[in-house]
Amino acid sequence: MLESIIQNIINALQWGSFYALIALGYTLVYGVLTLINFAHGDVFMVGAYIAFFVSTFFLSALALPGWVALALCIPLTMILTAMVGVTLERIAYRPLRKKGAHRLYVVITALMCGLILEHANLAILGASRKAFPPLIEVHVYNIGGVTFTNLKVAVIITAILVFLFLHWVVTKTRVGMAMRAISYDKFAVPLMGIPLDQIIVVTFVLGSGFAGLAGLLFAMSYPVLDPYMGALIGWKAFIAAVVGGIGDIRGAFLGGFLLGAVEIMVVAFFPSTFRDLIAFSVLLMILTWKPTGLFGIAKTTKI
Amino acid sequence: MLRRYSVHLALALTGGTIIYCAYQEYLSLYIMSILMFMGVNIILSTSLNLVNGYMGEFSCGHAGFMCVGAYVSSMLGVWLFAKDKVFGAAVLDPEYALYAFPLIILTGGVAAALAGVLVAVPSYKTRGDYLAIITIAANFIIISTIENIGAIGGSRGFMGMKRLVNSMEDVVELPWMPIWVFVFTIFSIWVIRRYVSSTFGKGVSAISQDEVAAEIMSVNTNKMKTITFMLSSGLAGIAGGLFAYILGYVNPGSFNIMKSTEVLVMVYLGGMGSLSGSVLSAILFTLLLESFRFIIPVINDFAHQFHLISPDYDISQVWRWVLIPLLLIILMQFRPEGIMGNRELGDIFPRLKRFYRFK
Amino acid sequence: MMAQTQLQTDQAPVLEIRNLIQTFGGLTAVNEFNVKLMPGELSGLIGPNGAGKTTIFNLVSGFYQPSEGQILIDGVPTAGLKPHRVTALGVARTFQNIRLWNDMTVLDNIRVAQHYQLGYGFFHALARSKRYQQREAEIAREAAELLEVFDLQRFAAELPKNLPYGTQRKLEIARALSSHPKLLLLDEPAAGLNSADIQELIRLIRWIHEKFDVTIWMIEHHMDVMMELCTQIKVIDFGQTIAEGNPETVRNHPAVITAYLGDDNI
Repeated sequence: MLESIIQNIINALQWGSFYALIALGYTLVYGVLTLINFAHGDVFMVGAYIAFFVSTFFLSALALPGWVALALCIPLTMILTAMVGVTLERIAYRPLRKKGAHRLYVVITALMCGLILEHANLAILGASRKAFPPLIEVHVYNIGGVTFTNLKVAVIITAILVFLFLHWVVTKTRVGMAMRAISYDKFAVPLMGIPLDQIIVVTFVLGSGFAGLAGLLFAMSYPVLDPYMGALIGWKAFIAAVVGGIGDIRGAFLGGFLLGAVEIMVVAFFPSTFRDLIAFSVLLMILTWKPTGLFGIAKTTKI
Repeated sequence: MLRRYSVHLALALTGGTIIYCAYQEYLSLYIMSILMFMGVNIILSTSLNLVNGYMGEFSCGHAGFMCVGAYVSSMLGVWLFAKDKVFGAAVLDPEYALYAFPLIILTGGVAAALAGVLVAVPSYKTRGDYLAIITIAANFIIISTIENIGAIGGSRGFMGMKRLVNSMEDVVELPWMPIWVFVFTIFSIWVIRRYVSSTFGKGVSAISQDEVAAEIMSVNTNKMKTITFMLSSGLAGIAGGLFAYILGYVNPGSFNIMKSTEVLVMVYLGGMGSLSGSVLSAILFTLLLESFRFIIPVINDFAHQFHLISPDYDISQVWRWVLIPLLLIILMQFRPEGIMGNRELGDIFPRLKRFYRFK
Repeated sequence: MMAQTQLQTDQAPVLEIRNLIQTFGGLTAVNEFNVKLMPGELSGLIGPNGAGKTTIFNLVSGFYQPSEGQILIDGVPTAGLKPHRVTALGVARTFQNIRLWNDMTVLDNIRVAQHYQLGYGFFHALARSKRYQQREAEIAREAAELLEVFDLQRFAAELPKNLPYGTQRKLEIARALSSHPKLLLLDEPAAGLNSADIQELIRLIRWIHEKFDVTIWMIEHHMDVMMELCTQIKVIDFGQTIAEGNPETVRNHPAVITAYLGDDNI
């Protein structure tokens, strides 16, 4: 009994880590721009594919040992995915923003960008799924009936480290201060001499970079890639971010882990087809109870 | 006198022509189906515009309500008029099919309107992006629920609706589906236009522009939100019902978030709060979607002709969903407020106002 | 609507507030506030910034529910009523920062303020029933009249956001009157106006008070406006009533001077 509880907690933490890593990209961009970057789930998918190509290249073309390939793969995937995110911002979102378009037109553009990423991938690489090459040897540990792998532990630790890093960036650094300032007042910030566009680019770099990292880890954990893998997980991560209180780093992580826990729990007790149904219902109930999410601050209307 | 009824006449002529062409089989089944989907899309985009444009909310789960309407009217139709392994023998004689059909579609609409309450109630307290999430979640919940009901086919889908369509045609030999789609499309536009142009319905715009002022200056915001959400989702349900009977087959996958995205695109492409914009963009979007079926082979031939791509790669229909979003992104860069902004046709062509009051 | 105002002392008060307390978290914004406004009265509420004046208006218009105490409009308690129900009882207001519906025409702004007494519902609107047509015609006529007397009819088809600031203030008052209030709350109507506009505003308020059968309660920082218009003034500070009486008394009240200018004895 106890083992199965611990086992489920570990599974939930690992599954939630992916949601958390993606949710943070949503939350960062939302916090700064109040833009729901619906392409983010697909940026995650692109990250996984970039990781696939980079690691295949290192393993087969250069015949590097797995751990060297992984060590090179992590920064390279993050950088390349970050470039994808920044490209979207530069060519699609920023021009629209500068034209003073309604916020929701930027959201629709983001949706379209997501569709393009998905289907361009499908069109270019074909419908066949890609098998991700094993980079490290997966060890299975069994302590008192609880099984876990080194990969699972690595995923959880990475998510926590990323959280601590981003929390530090947002609360302690000058860039983070500027990001928070923008979220309060987009118009006053340039007047204070803060380069708005650069801060926005940094936000996209951080968000997309960690989506790339999530893509790599996801591909290592579930080594089958397909172009639609980012869509559903992206929607869910976004909902997780909102349940946590969108715009808040802590909220994104808590929301991600919460969603992971709910889903693992549902699968433990119900047929797995009930997973989405129950998970979404629980999230809906949380939002009904706390309409602005767990960490969200209710905006008071002043009259 | 003629001027006053010119719009009615124009509508009757258009409808009559389309139906006559369908009757005489001048138009191929393919073109008829495109015209019918155009009608369905018009209902969807105008009804979503009610919430996203006029009321200023951001609902992203319109396909969920469409799904409710589609399933309810399909099941009702099959239960009443077809032999089915779940519902058993037909309850009514097939000769009633003609009269029952509009009621069946409307019942689907009513069911979808009730599902709309699922979103309307949270909207009392929540606005904007948080409500957007609730609508997305509602869409997922609806789809997921149906996928888990094995009796109506689960994710495999539900069929048998063609029987009812055939029964209608047995009663009176007319192309009934095009007729009903046309009638319900006009009905939807008519309902929405009357709603938003009344002082009653202008309360909806007041909520969108300043909710606090609306509530304090005598608008019952909760009631207006409920009515608007229910009307919007009810019309989506009607669209869903028609969609189901046009295809003769439904599965939950056709109403996923991708479908909602399509509707969203139509609304914002047309312009928030512009009824004629929504109608125009629904027509344009449907044509765009279909035209790529023919454009892509042309591009493919062209590319091969000039050796732009390797001979063993063909530009397939998958590229449709790359090129269309790309086109839409470019379009939005040029018109960041949609085709019509928040104006109606009458604002752009003032002479049209002689024939019709748009607001 | 056009009836001459009469002061009748034997009537029930239009607004009665008894022991009103409002707390936000640990902060007491309004403490033990009492007031009685008789029909036809024009009185004022003043106090330093953050004294709780707008909070009282928000409580009266139903935007907040009071922590304790009672608010009665024409003898009817408003506890638990949503703002639009309070409006239906006969309370209308303007806002410190103008809150017009900026993408609706001026005429529509006036019309929508009648929303609570449309007298027809959704299905009438769809069917364009007799009742609908009759009511819409009445509302349109009334709105046109109102614009006419406010000299706004030439802006009827304009959007409020394109109007000069002073005209927007005027329109907001007209919109409030469109809902047939017994009690009109004006929240700093002179804020942001220049001195010529203020003179016009004083004339306007006096004219409204005479022409429409309405009790006016206003918050204002411009003392000259209050001195000119109000018969009774209440002064609050930190949610507490510190003085009341006619303008002359209030002006020379030591507590008021202390509240506004600070205490010299510290």
